[in-house]
Amino acid sequence: MTTTELLTVHPSAASRARALKPKQVVYAIIGIVILVIMLFPVYWMINASLQPSGNTLTAGIFPTNPSWAGYEKAITDQGANLVTSLIISVGAVIVCLAIAAPAAYALAQFRYRWISVALLIILIGQMIPGIVIANALYAAYNDLGLLNTHVGLIIADASQSIPFAIIVMRAFMMNIHPSIIEAARVDGAGQVRTFWSIALPVSKNALITAGLFAFLFAWSDFLFALTLTTTSDIRPVTLGIYQYLGTQVSNWSAVMATAVLSSLPAIILLLIAQKYIAAGAMGGSVK
Amino acid sequence: MTTATPIRARRRIRRDDVVKFMFVVPAAVYVLLFFGYPIVKNLTMSFQDYTTKTFFTGEAPWVGLDNYVTAITSNLFGPSLLNTALFTAGSLLGQFVIGLALALFFQKKFPLSSVMRALLLLPWLLPLIVASATWRSILDQDSGILNRFLGVFGLDAVPWLTSPDVALIAVIIVNIWVGIPFNVTLLYGGLQDIPEELYEAASLDGATGWKAFWHITLPNLRAVISVTLVLGVVYTLKVLDVILGLTGGGPANATQTIAIRSYQTSFIDFEFGVGAAFSNILILISLVFAIIYLRGTRKAVDE
Repeated sequence: MTTTELLTVHPSAASRARALKPKQVVYAIIGIVILVIMLFPVYWMINASLQPSGNTLTAGIFPTNPSWAGYEKAITDQGANLVTSLIISVGAVIVCLAIAAPAAYALAQFRYRWISVALLIILIGQMIPGIVIANALYAAYNDLGLLNTHVGLIIADASQSIPFAIIVMRAFMMNIHPSIIEAARVDGAGQVRTFWSIALPVSKNALITAGLFAFLFAWSDFLFALTLTTTSDIRPVTLGIYQYLGTQVSNWSAVMATAVLSSLPAIILLLIAQKYIAAGAMGGSVK
Repeated sequence: MTTATPIRARRRIRRDDVVKFMFVVPAAVYVLLFFGYPIVKNLTMSFQDYTTKTFFTGEAPWVGLDNYVTAITSNLFGPSLLNTALFTAGSLLGQFVIGLALALFFQKKFPLSSVMRALLLLPWLLPLIVASATWRSILDQDSGILNRFLGVFGLDAVPWLTSPDVALIAVIIVNIWVGIPFNVTLLYGGLQDIPEELYEAASLDGATGWKAFWHITLPNLRAVISVTLVLGVVYTLKVLDVILGLTGGGPANATQTIAIRSYQTSFIDFEFGVGAAFSNILILISLVFAIIYLRGTRKAVDE
């Protein structure tokens, strides 16, 4: 009854009514239910981090009486480790982009005969289990004095994102219109200049995507942190959580507070840089 | 004069080539150092008696296939190989089935669907050790929320991470949770690429619902499905963080896999030679699937 009235009186309201069919409302509700189930662990992590007793035994479903004690302990114990993770991740992004961007440009724009071989090596490189790399790097790092150093972890972490970064940026740079490159070359710009002042600015989005993932990869790294450090001098937060799990499971709120703090980059990037994350996730199909 | 021009031209070409070459040199060096070197080093290490002593004396005597014999005849080799197979197959089955179901669901048009799809990526973007820590609190036998939830229905508390009977299942469940977003993303992308006209044409022939799924969706999704599955295998084979964080390979070695064996032999027992042998066995298994993958992608490109 109301629909017919709306139809005759307000065409715009009618189209709005049509836009939200009951079926769609049902789908949206199902979608929310799926999301609630899938993201429940994330909610539980936040909830547990705010529990006052430090024990999940008494944890309510909601943090009705939130306590910051877990966070205080987390910052005291793991604050330095969070800073270490930040330094290493930023370092890995810089190294990754500096190495991968020129290579991606070259593989996209220059006509090498061996491009398919290079791409094959990159693809296979991504499939090598990290433990294989760690096993060999430990011996080499020991000889070179790179164990327990920021530099050692930065270059190891960057190695994990370089293949992905090359693939994502190359895919983007293949679409740079040849006329733009040619115009620069005709104006007398050399290869380096063309790359630096034409190709890179045009590929800003691909650079951001590759950089974001390089950051997340390095920030999430656990294996290299575990194997390439032997003292507590340089300890990324992932390793800090692992050590917590070994010793302190009695104090869950501190463990979960550290987990929340280590999840912040992923959560923030997902909220403010969704476009780039989605692009990278699709690029992951060749990852 | 006449000869000078070609020479200069040739020299300029050569300089241009050198500059072009320099674009890829850093990446090539990096790949050599961080992928090439480790593979070769692992191979040589696996034929050496390489232990902590080696770091002091520099001596690593050649021992032939001894490390492989030690690895394969160790008590834990059989169980860890079986666990690797079960862990990989179970994770993949769960991730893929749920991933495909969600991808199909998100194809429907409804409000907020793209936002929801984006938020669904979160488990995949979190550090794996964070996922392990969180799930460890959820799965805790006495105080975990999962057992409290099951208790509401009168079910007994399950010792998820402390009983050898269920620990592997618990670890698989967590790994499925971690892997769903990756599967949804790839499969959703594949579904989007299937032309709408195919479905329209089929619906005229009366093929809708399951029929359409069986005769249109699946055949057209074949290439994406094989990529998703093979990448899933390769990534699951090397999983360490999830298992180390949840069970550390225990209880009673119930969640030992080849990757965990490799890590523990090298970095807990400091038997780098035997650890390398385990690693190479892992590479060999991955390689089989990598070849399947590369053949698949080449076929997909050819088609």
